[in-house]
Amino acid sequence: MKRFFALFVRSKGGVIGLVILLVVISLAAGARWLFPISPWEITGAPFEPPLSDNFPLGSDMLGRNIAAGIAYGAYVSLLIGLVSTAVALAIGITLGAIAGYVGGWVDQVLMGFVEFFQTIPSFVLAIVLVAIFNPSMVTIVGAIAVVSWPPIARLVRAEFMSVRSREYVQAAWLSGRSHAAIIVKEILPNTMSPVIVAGSMMVATAILLESALSFLGLGDPNLMSWGYIIGASRTVMRQAWWMSVFPGLAIVLTVLAINLVGEALNDALNPHLRPVEEGS
Amino acid sequence: MKVRGLAIRAVKAVVVIALIAVLNFFLVRMAPGDPAQFMAGQSGSTDEKYLAQLRQEFGLDQPLQVQLGLYAQRIALLDLGYSHRQQQSVRSLILDRLPATLILTGCAFVLSLSVGVLLGVLSARKVGSWTDTAISATALLFYATPIFWSGLLLVLVFSVGLDWLPAYGYSSIGARMTGLETMFDIARHAILPVTTLSLFYIAIYARLARASMLEVSRLDFVKTARAKGLPERDVLVRHVLRNALLPIITYAGIHAGGLVGGSIVVETIFAWPGVGRLAYEAVAQRDYNVLLGVFFVISVIVVGINLLTDFVYALADPRIELG
Repeated sequence: MKRFFALFVRSKGGVIGLVILLVVISLAAGARWLFPISPWEITGAPFEPPLSDNFPLGSDMLGRNIAAGIAYGAYVSLLIGLVSTAVALAIGITLGAIAGYVGGWVDQVLMGFVEFFQTIPSFVLAIVLVAIFNPSMVTIVGAIAVVSWPPIARLVRAEFMSVRSREYVQAAWLSGRSHAAIIVKEILPNTMSPVIVAGSMMVATAILLESALSFLGLGDPNLMSWGYIIGASRTVMRQAWWMSVFPGLAIVLTVLAINLVGEALNDALNPHLRPVEEGS
Repeated sequence: MKVRGLAIRAVKAVVVIALIAVLNFFLVRMAPGDPAQFMAGQSGSTDEKYLAQLRQEFGLDQPLQVQLGLYAQRIALLDLGYSHRQQQSVRSLILDRLPATLILTGCAFVLSLSVGVLLGVLSARKVGSWTDTAISATALLFYATPIFWSGLLLVLVFSVGLDWLPAYGYSSIGARMTGLETMFDIARHAILPVTTLSLFYIAIYARLARASMLEVSRLDFVKTARAKGLPERDVLVRHVLRNALLPIITYAGIHAGGLVGGSIVVETIFAWPGVGRLAYEAVAQRDYNVLLGVFFVISVIVVGINLLTDFVYALADPRIELG
């Protein structure tokens, strides 16, 4: 653990990313406390520019507080990013583990399934799913998970195939342990480090996907989100740049931070890969 | 052997398209509510007579396999249904809008691939140099920027602020122009949307090209080329880049789906009259026949592009046997 931490801190980008991410997390956690009034509530005049009274980042076209919207949006973005990634990991790990462990025709069928889902344009499928099943937290998380799991399945399958024939797995098999026990207790822990890296990057992609969906008006109507603020104020952008610029900055910073942390995790968890990045 | 491999790929592509059609079919059936109402577009005011006609036409009162058979027949004849909202068949709606989308995504694909590979090569040439750091940081930044936001910023700067480029539409309305002038006019309108769509993919291809170049430059034949005394430029272009391009081609095919999907957002922002804008309007108006039609057509295009990259790959690398 100490070694891992030392390796992580070695990456400057990772530390910067972690700091930004902690700021976003505290903003999300403290949203209710920082802004006791709901971001949907009209609290002043519309079209107030940034740095005016009550509105540090300006107000929107109805007179709602943009800063409050960004704080509550942080909570929604992180929540949807994390939950949809968790669901995608559950699907991807399960199918990838089965394909890699069992092999044969099961593997072929499952991989055909993975290939099919990787071919379908994922953003369009997400739009179709959310539009048909009506926008809500559940359908958005579901749609993002459905389009994000295939790379995880591929990754886990490849790891399983390379580990399956190692001695310790065969020893476990010979000692009469069940397949389920071997998969969960013996192989899975040894495949985790690339999955953790891919999963952390996936949170960033999920946040981008969610913001694009709510930008198009397919967000949960009860949740304030960054994409929604930008999409709703798009038509008045010429008069009021702040309504789309600040939430956009929030998205960029958060996604950038998560990607930086993901890359630092990659370097720390897979130190043998470092020479590739450093070149000769 | 190679011909056979490509034939298998082509058959696979047809199977994938058929499966997408089946997925489309089940999406309609799984949707909450009455499928006839759903097909009519949930306008609320649809008359009972039209719904009855839809039920009869699609066999909605018959078992599922009969419905699927009827649906398959329609798709095979390229019948994607009828938009009650727009009083037009979905096929003609999409065909009208397709050229604009192909121009947008085609230009963005070429631009992002060429600029991305160029930047990747420049930054791989001297790892750790100032150029490399600048390019990698920029790529990381664009990789984190949502397409719709970079589009809005470009509009703010280049149309609202500087007033250099048009922010909306496909061509100037009401102007009488010759053929060449029309082309120039469309090109001027296309600059911002194409750039918007490209930025994210330039970042992806630059990162990929850099990694791929570094991977290849560690191989023995590159050392041999250097030891022979070839000039550095020749080593980079003729030996490293040529081999590094192969994985980039594969990824270019994989990302084609994202590029076409991204056109929905870009066309919405720039009022670009393509299928992406059509999809956005369909979402807003709950015109599901049109939405699913666009989904099907975009999927077919993506499958086509993937097939094309397989062919290009096979041509570029004589060792590859597609199986």
